[in-house]
Amino acid sequence: MQWHSASEFFAMGGYAGYVWGSVGACALAVGIESWLLRRRHRRLVEALRRRSGTTPGTPASDHASDHASDRRETTA
Amino acid sequence: MKSLRAFRFASPATFYPLAGRLQPLFAALALVLAAAGLWLGFFVAPTDAQQGEGYRIIFVHVAASWMAMFLYCVMAFWAGVGLAFHVRLAAMMASAVAPTGAMFALLSLLTGALWGKPMWGTWWVWDARLTSTLVLFMLYLGFMALQAAIDDPRRSDKAGALLALVGVVNVPIIYFSVRWWNTLHQGATVSLTKSPSMAQTMLWGMLLMALAFWMYAIAASLGRVRNILLEREAHTDWVRHAVA
Repeated sequence: MQWHSASEFFAMGGYAGYVWGSVGACALAVGIESWLLRRRHRRLVEALRRRSGTTPGTPASDHASDHASDRRETTA
Repeated sequence: MKSLRAFRFASPATFYPLAGRLQPLFAALALVLAAAGLWLGFFVAPTDAQQGEGYRIIFVHVAASWMAMFLYCVMAFWAGVGLAFHVRLAAMMASAVAPTGAMFALLSLLTGALWGKPMWGTWWVWDARLTSTLVLFMLYLGFMALQAAIDDPRRSDKAGALLALVGVVNVPIIYFSVRWWNTLHQGATVSLTKSPSMAQTMLWGMLLMALAFWMYAIAASLGRVRNILLEREAHTDWVRHAVA
C-alpha cells in the first residue's frame, strides 16, 4: 500500500487534476458509449416492433418507417 | 466440415444472437480486469522516481493508445475481408469497430495532454508521436464520415474499406515514431526485444488495463454490430423474429 491517508491518495502528490482527469475522462467515455449503444438498441427494437405490428402492405406507413430505418447513424 | 461450421456464424441470423450472448461476458471480463488493473496501478505500484505520482496516468494512457492502434488494425482487417470475400458481416464489423477506435484515439490524445502539461510544460507539441496519433484519430473520423456520406451500403463498405486499408501505413509510423525521429515523447515503455525497465507491478497494472480496454472494445463492437445488423436487415424475416 502506497498511501497513509485517503486525502494523500486523492491528492496524487499534487497531480490530482491530471491523474483523476485522465481516469475520469476514460470512465466517462466508456460510460457514455455504453449508454448510447444501449439506447440505440432499445430504440431500434421498439421501432422494428412497431413496424411489424402494423399491417404489411399499407403503403403510406411502410414508406415512412422505411425511410427512418434506412438512415444510418454513425455517431454511436 | 469444420470450416463450413465456422462460416455459419458469418450469417447475420446466426451471428446476431451469438453476439448478444457474448457481449455481457466480455463486458464482465472488462470490469473485473479494470478493477484488478486499477488496484495494482493505484495501490500497489510504487511512486515513480522522476515523475512522482503523476506517472500513474500511464495506466490509462498506454492502454488507450495501444487500443487505438490495435483497433485500427482490426478495423482494416475486417474491411479487407469484406472487400476481398464480399462478406457483409465482415464489413459491418469494420463499421462497428470504428467509433470505439476513434474514442480510444481521442482518449489517448486527451490523457497524453494531461500528462504532457505537468511533465513537459505543454498540452501539445507537433512531435512525430503526437502528430501521427492525431492522424490516426482523423483516419477514424474520415472512415466514419465517408461511410455516412454514401447511402448504398455496398458502396459505402467498399469506399470505407479502401480508406481503412490505405490508412494502415500510419500504425507502424506511430509505433516506431519514437525511434525514427527525435521526439519529445518518451521511448517505448514496453518493448518486445528488451526486458522491461519498469517495476513489475507497474507493468502488470498497465497490461491488465490494456486487457480491460480490449475486452471492453470487443463488448462495445459486438453491441454496435448488432445495432447495424438490425438496421441493415430490417426487412428480413430473421429480424422480425429476433425482435418479436
